[in-house]
Amino acid sequence: MKIEVGGNSAYCYTNGRVIDAARTSVVFIHGSGMDHTVWTLPARHFARHGRNVIAVDLPGHGRSAGPGKQSVEEMADWIVALLDALKIEQAALAGHSLGSLVALDVAARHPARVRALALVGSTAPMPVSDAILADSAANRHSAFDMLTQWGYSKRHQYGGNSNPGIWMVGATLRLFERSKPGVLGADMQACNAYTEGLERATLVRCPVLMVLGAEDRLTPPRSSKALINALPAPDVRILPGSGHTLMTEAPNLLLDALKTVL
Amino acid sequence: MAGVKYPAFDTLSLHAGAQPDPATGARATPIYQTASFVFTDSDHAASLFNIERTGHVYSRLSNPTNAVLEERITALEDGVGAIATASGQAALHLAIATLMGAGSHIVAARSLYGGSHNLLAYTLPRFGIQTTFVDPRDPEAFRAAIRPDTRLVFGETLGNPGLEVLNIPAIAAVAHAAGLPLLVDSTFTTPYLIKPFELGADLILHSATKFLSGHGIVIGGLLVDGGRFDWEASGKFPTLTEPYAGFHGLVFAEEFGPSAFITRARKEGLRDLGACMSPTTAFHILQGIETLSLRMQRHVDNTRRIVTFLRANKQVTQIGYPELEGHPDRALAAQLLPRGCGAVFSFDLRGGRAAGVAFVDALNVFSHLANVGDAKSLVIHPASTTHHRMDAEALKAAGIGEGTIRLSVGLEDVEDLIDDLSQGLRAAAKLTEVKS
Repeated sequence: MKIEVGGNSAYCYTNGRVIDAARTSVVFIHGSGMDHTVWTLPARHFARHGRNVIAVDLPGHGRSAGPGKQSVEEMADWIVALLDALKIEQAALAGHSLGSLVALDVAARHPARVRALALVGSTAPMPVSDAILADSAANRHSAFDMLTQWGYSKRHQYGGNSNPGIWMVGATLRLFERSKPGVLGADMQACNAYTEGLERATLVRCPVLMVLGAEDRLTPPRSSKALINALPAPDVRILPGSGHTLMTEAPNLLLDALKTVL
Repeated sequence: MAGVKYPAFDTLSLHAGAQPDPATGARATPIYQTASFVFTDSDHAASLFNIERTGHVYSRLSNPTNAVLEERITALEDGVGAIATASGQAALHLAIATLMGAGSHIVAARSLYGGSHNLLAYTLPRFGIQTTFVDPRDPEAFRAAIRPDTRLVFGETLGNPGLEVLNIPAIAAVAHAAGLPLLVDSTFTTPYLIKPFELGADLILHSATKFLSGHGIVIGGLLVDGGRFDWEASGKFPTLTEPYAGFHGLVFAEEFGPSAFITRARKEGLRDLGACMSPTTAFHILQGIETLSLRMQRHVDNTRRIVTFLRANKQVTQIGYPELEGHPDRALAAQLLPRGCGAVFSFDLRGGRAAGVAFVDALNVFSHLANVGDAKSLVIHPASTTHHRMDAEALKAAGIGEGTIRLSVGLEDVEDLIDDLSQGLRAAAKLTEVKS
C-alpha cells in the first residue's frame, strides 16, 4: 500500500490487506540498500496468522519516494510517523542490519509504541569499513559486491539455498543494483555514524529477540556482545551456518525464532 | 574492490548449489527420487504452500536434486534463479506462458531450431499468440516487427542451421527500448562460450540435453532469469505486476522483486503445466556440467581442426562456421564468442542429395542421428532425414542445400574424426565422378 508520510509517498507491503486497528501489528524494516522484499516470507506468515504486517520501504528505497534519510534517528522518526499515519498505536518491530538499529532507536525513544523487538544481524555500534564507505558514497558497483560477498557465509558463496532454484548471491546483487544512486552510501554512513546504540539499548523496555548468524562476517556474533549486555535480557539465537543475510540463508530457523516474539 | 573475489567458472561448475548431503554426508549430489516430502505438522504444510517457509512439497514443483542444478546453471549464467524443465521445448513454452496469453505477439529470429519454430509458427497461434520471424542479423528488423501487443523478443545465440551470431547487445537494446525482455536460447554455446546476461539478455533457455549434459543420455531443459528486467516499469506484464487470483492475489513483482519472473514460472507454470524434470535427469546433467569447460574447449578445438580440414577439400563447396573468413558474422563472433563458435556447423557437398547420402552412409565414427551436443560425434543429412519431404526449392528457402551436412563434433581424437570424414568425402566424390 502507499501512504503519505512526511509529505512523501511511502510504500509498505501489507500482504494486500487493509490495516485493521483491532489486530496486533508487526513492522519489518530492511537493511542498507534493500527493500521490503527481503521480509516477504515472514511477512506472509504473520499475515496468515492474523497480524497486520507492514514491511516498509524506507524513504528513497524500493517504492518509497523522497530523499533517503541520513541518520538512524531520522529513519526511526520516520517509522514513528508511519505508525501515526497508519493509526497504529503499538507494534512489534523486526529489523535487519541497519533496520535493526532503526528498530532499536524507535524502541528506546518511543517505548510505548513498541510491543516487542526482533534485531536480526545486529550489533551496536555498527562500524562500516572505509572501503565500503568510499565505494558506496561513489556509487561504485564494488560496494554491492563487497556487501554481497561478505553478507553471506563462506559456504553460501556456493549456494545451497533452501528456497529452490534461487541463486542467493545473484538475487542480492540484483536487489542492490536496483537501489537509487546515493541510497546505499547514505545508509552506510548512517550505520557508521550511529554511536548511540548501546546507550539507547538500556532504554528498551519491551521483550527483545536477537537473531545472529554464526558465520556472519559483517556483524559477527562476537561483535554483538556489548549490545546483548546493554539490552534488557534479550533472547539471543545464533543460527548455525548463516551469514549476515539471515532471511535468505536461514529463513526457516529465523521464522521459528521470530514466532517467539512477534 | 578490496578483497572481493567471487568463485570462478570452473569452481562453480563443480560446486554451485551443492553441499555435502546433510543427512548422509554424501559428497555427490544425491538423487532425491521421491514424489513428495513429509510435513512436520499442519502449520508447516500451510506455511510451505503459502510461501512463508522454504522447502519442498511435491517434485513437480521442486526437488532437492533439481534445485542444485537450477542454482548451478544460474551461478554460471550470473542470474537470480532457474527452473529445470522436462526439455528445452518445455523451457521455451514455460517462458512464453509465464509472460503472456492470447492476444500477444512475439518477435523471433527466423533461424530457429525446428521445434521452436513449430511451437511459434503453428502451435501457439491456436492459443492466440502470434509470432513474426525476422532476419537474425538485422536488429532493425526486430525493431520494425515490434507491435503494441508484442511481449517477447527471442533468438538463438547461434542460429540454426546457418550459425548466424545473434547480436545480443543490439537486439537487447531494441527490445528494452520497447519495454520488452530478450529471451536467448544458448543451447549451442553454453555459459562457457557466451554469457548472454552480461550482454543484455534478460532470460536464457537451454536444451540441457545437448552440451550441458554432454553425453546424449537425457532430455532436459533449463530456463534462467537474469533478474534485471524491470517488469513494473515496462507495464506490459500483468502476470508479474497484478494480483494473481490463482495464488490469493499474490503480486509477484511486489513480493519477489528481481526474482518475480522465475517465481511465477514455478508457482504457476510448473504447478499447472507440469513439465518438470526428473531428479535422475537433473543428476545426469549435473555430472555433465562438472566438466563443462573442459568438454566445450575440446569440442571447439576439434571443430576448428575439422573446419580447417574441410576447407581444403574440393568436395566441400561451403562451410558455415562464423570464425571463417567470409562469414558475415566473423567480426561479431570475435567480439561475442572469443572462445569459439561451438561445435555444431553445416557444410555443403558437391553432388546434391545423393552425395549427402553417400557421405553419411560411409561414416563409422560419426553417428547418424537427430541430436547435437553429445561427447560422441554426430552427423545428419537434413535433405534425406529431417527435411526429406522438401524439394530443392523449399530446402533453399530454409537455408539448406541438397548436399548440406550438419556435424556435431565430439570429443574423440580429432585425427580419427578426420579419417572418418575423409572416408565419407571419398564416397561422395566417387559418386560425383561416376555421374560426370
